[in-house]
Amino acid sequence: MRYVRRFSRTERLLHWANALGFFTLLGSGLILYLPSLAVVVGRRPLVKDVHFWSGIGWVVMLGVIALAGDRRGILRTARELDGFDRDDARWLLGRRPAPQGRFNAGQKLNAALTAAYTLLFFVSGMLLWLGERDTRFRFASTVVLHDGLMYAAVILLIGHLYLAVIHPATRHALRGITLGTVDEEWAGRHHAKWKPE
Amino acid sequence: MSESTRTPAPGGTTLRVGRGVFLATVAGGLTSLLWGRSVWSRVSSAISPVESLIPLVPTGGWRIYTVSGSLPGFDPTTWRLQLAGAVDRPVALDYRELLALPKTEQVSTFHCVTGWTVHNVRWGGVRIKDVLARVTPHPEAHALRFVSAEHPYDDYLTLDQASLSDVMLAYEMDGKPLSRAHGAPLRLVIPDMYGYKNVKWLNRIELVPREARGYWEQLGYDQDAWVGRSNGYGT
Repeated sequence: MRYVRRFSRTERLLHWANALGFFTLLGSGLILYLPSLAVVVGRRPLVKDVHFWSGIGWVVMLGVIALAGDRRGILRTARELDGFDRDDARWLLGRRPAPQGRFNAGQKLNAALTAAYTLLFFVSGMLLWLGERDTRFRFASTVVLHDGLMYAAVILLIGHLYLAVIHPATRHALRGITLGTVDEEWAGRHHAKWKPE
Repeated sequence: MSESTRTPAPGGTTLRVGRGVFLATVAGGLTSLLWGRSVWSRVSSAISPVESLIPLVPTGGWRIYTVSGSLPGFDPTTWRLQLAGAVDRPVALDYRELLALPKTEQVSTFHCVTGWTVHNVRWGGVRIKDVLARVTPHPEAHALRFVSAEHPYDDYLTLDQASLSDVMLAYEMDGKPLSRAHGAPLRLVIPDMYGYKNVKWLNRIELVPREARGYWEQLGYDQDAWVGRSNGYGT
């Protein structure tokens, strides 16, 4: 079996830093959100601090990795994720053949939504924090946005985990995001237009 | 490879869809700060018939806010409601004596200052006047201090506010004894004011000459927490 490099070290670090931040925030956030967990755990002020500082740490960590890592590579990847061609449209409509690049159209959409959710989580989270301290930052809908994002992000995450861990045809991709390389033959089937270096 | 020698992509023209999805989602999210709550309240009233059978939202609309390390426990044998301050003789009611007072029930809406609301909460409990009837207040007493077992939480109401017709001390919620999360065994309910005035785990009421600043007021929240007319809303 021959392996080809799909993800750089910077890309993999960004992915796992994002995953770590997300799960820490989801866990601490659910303790704050769900009455049953809130009662079992208690310690709300501590959990609030953990949640707040995980949010700050998450964004700082992503920024540091992006700046200290392969910046040009990340910009190239962003351009790849941004562009959709006719095959991507066919792929999304379920038409085949629809040869895909290094990212398929679903992965591109997942990336765009995840990036948007991250920004919105951060903004609404900061507004919740500031609003507790100053009425000028208080909007009646901030908590609705923050909760709604949680539901949207968890739905996206469930789909992502299913494809990455369970679905037999696609779960080989997990190797790419952990070790960096994937089976050349698998890549040819799933990402026909991608020319590995 | 230079621009001129690049061959056209086999998939045809590339459109910048990714940034479009990103920007549209961000724009939708940010504008929802203006419309999110009214849409959500319409959705939640539309699903409320289903919601009563199958809980779709796992919280039942509530979230449990506390300010200390753990939630106070409730032991019916040792619990007391102290009535103290500017009164002739302080009194301590035990749980049985509390339940023996004239019972009242009401359905009212609970608003949190952070933006969430729970409609049609069924409360059972006692009116404050029926509790205060057990003591003889001094003439200079014009306000009440409500003290929570969750140290250092407390808050104040004037006697006028406390005698609004739908203010009560609740020991039942939705037909069941008040749960620990909601302030067992006794909490203050004042539907016209935001939740932070509705002191949970109540174990002491003091008659005082005038209001002082309670726990959240010391952190900058309004003394009179009228729903829709305080804390930066509707002003």
